Amino acid sequence: MRPIIEVKNVKKTYFNDEVETHALRGVSFDVKQGEFVAIMGPSGSGKSTLLHILGFLDHPTKGKYRLDGKSIDQFDEPELAWVRNQKIGFVFQMFNLLNRTTVIDNVKLPLAYAGIKNGEQDELAKIALEKVGLSHRLDHTPSQLSGGEQQRVAIARALINEPSVIFADEPTGNLDTKSGNQIMDIFSRLHDEGHTIVLITHEPYIARFAQRIINIKDGLIASNKTNHKPIKKPISRR
Amino acid sequence: MRFRDTLKTSLTGLKTNKMQSALTILGIVISIAAIIMIMSIGAGAQDLILQEISGFGSDIIVIRPGKEPKGPSDIGDTLFSDSLTKKDIEALKKKSNVPELEHIVPGVLVPGSVSYEGETYRPTIFGYDAEFIGSALNIYPEEGQYFTEQDIEMNAKVVVIGSKVKEELFGSAEALGEYIKIKGKNFKVVAILPQKGQVSFFNVDEVVLLPYTTAQSQLLGIDYFQEVLVIATSPEAVEKTVRDIELTLREMHNITDPEDDDFYVLTMEGTVQQIKNILQSLTILLSSVVAIVLVVGGIGVMNIMLVSVTERTHEIGLRKAVGATNQDILLQFLLESVSLTVIGGAVGIIIGGSLSMIVTIVLQKFFALNWIFTIPLISIILGLSVAAAVGVVFGLYPARKASQKSPIEALRFE
Repeated sequence: MRPIIEVKNVKKTYFNDEVETHALRGVSFDVKQGEFVAIMGPSGSGKSTLLHILGFLDHPTKGKYRLDGKSIDQFDEPELAWVRNQKIGFVFQMFNLLNRTTVIDNVKLPLAYAGIKNGEQDELAKIALEKVGLSHRLDHTPSQLSGGEQQRVAIARALINEPSVIFADEPTGNLDTKSGNQIMDIFSRLHDEGHTIVLITHEPYIARFAQRIINIKDGLIASNKTNHKPIKKPISRR
Repeated sequence: MRFRDTLKTSLTGLKTNKMQSALTILGIVISIAAIIMIMSIGAGAQDLILQEISGFGSDIIVIRPGKEPKGPSDIGDTLFSDSLTKKDIEALKKKSNVPELEHIVPGVLVPGSVSYEGETYRPTIFGYDAEFIGSALNIYPEEGQYFTEQDIEMNAKVVVIGSKVKEELFGSAEALGEYIKIKGKNFKVVAILPQKGQVSFFNVDEVVLLPYTTAQSQLLGIDYFQEVLVIATSPEAVEKTVRDIELTLREMHNITDPEDDDFYVLTMEGTVQQIKNILQSLTILLSSVVAIVLVVGGIGVMNIMLVSVTERTHEIGLRKAVGATNQDILLQFLLESVSLTVIGGAVGIIIGGSLSMIVTIVLQKFFALNWIFTIPLISIILGLSVAAAVGVVFGLYPARKASQKSPIEALRFE
């Protein structure tokens, strides 16, 4: 079967005030359907740039990237929005919820852009929130929730359109250990249910939840190793 | 995204910044209120004038002595000019001169006051054919009878008085048959007019009418007229009659060049047209002031939308990341600015309508004008569409700016 993510010699160069910054200098790897991959690296290693390219938010300067066999260059702007809406679920470090909007409306956002009817939106959103254990918080606003709960709302939002891949950018970076563990528990469960997950982190412990760990350094892949003993249940580290 | 969802998103955006939104639309509210007021009051004034014509008759022609006043300083010329005399009246009465003349009534104005047993009052004193004026304006005495043509011929010392004059001089006592003094001479009260307030161009309640012949010989010592009313056989004949009058009078006064006319002719039609023109230029002037306020208001909306777009860069990035197209974002912000201005327009319509209503009540109560309250439907439609247009025009640039933001830049923005 064809890998869901194919990255071949991808380069990304930024031009700022005639200074070239090489964020990615030739990166190649694949991710198969249903895999849970962690991309690790210190800040400035180019891992965020990579995630933007993987998430069809940015174009590579050189090289080939295909998601589900499709390249970003094939789409015009509205189609790209459609692909992001249907194929990709994002989870960000800062949660990125709409602060004045209720939990359920936040989760419904991708459905609204998919043009689904309101009644149906509500049903699907409730199911997604149940999966992350937040059925009792539907009408709260994000500011009334803890960081961990906010991130769970964000995961529900990422799941709602049943995307091909979930991209998570330092999802535990802003959380305490306990909340972080809860989030990683959810990712493990989603993986078990067959979701493809690409997670970016600089914490080795978090990376160990994945089946495979790709290390990035200075815009190049330093290592790409299978993790034979992924963490299944979060370890209590008090 | 479905339109309903976009609209909901936009309205939520406004609700979260209530105070800011309210202040932003103030300019729009004021402009639209002004538009409604201008149009409502303009329509009321127009109605009033149209009522006047139907009340006074469009077949009336007024001849005045002197040059046609072009400004306030020329009016004295009219009052003291002696060019219209009894001879002129006789000439105009001839069918061979003015065939479509139905009726001709000369008049004089008597400056001064009236008194009765120590009570003094300053009414408007006209020397006129009271019966003719009464029937033209549809006013009939409450008590007594108008003086007759015979009274006019005989220089009878009789007067018809308005209700206010009666009250000032007599109070609740009987006035009919009593004698009032004008310039030291006694005049018998033969009729009292009903309370009518402002009718046409004078106040019926404050008027004293006496035969013009009496006014000329007993009070003024003149043999000319300050005004001559001519009734044409029909409104259609007015134009021709005006020409006939001009030709006859020029012949009588030995005038060859119309530039040298020592009289001028007015028609109701012409007067109405003049007033309409004045109202129209006033409306245009006020509208251009409103347009300036509207533009300032629109710039306010644009400003606040630009601030909002910057403040919500992060939100825009997120929306794009979860599947919003540029068009979705454009529509969201455009709808936000249009909702803002349309709400402003609606509030403006309510405020403008209420103020017009207050103006109407004041005019009716304190000026006794037969003023009708109307808010033309067109003004409401115009108000709302102008408000919406301002929202589109001044919201487009910020909305476009929002829609063009790159999702990564937007997500990175803190």
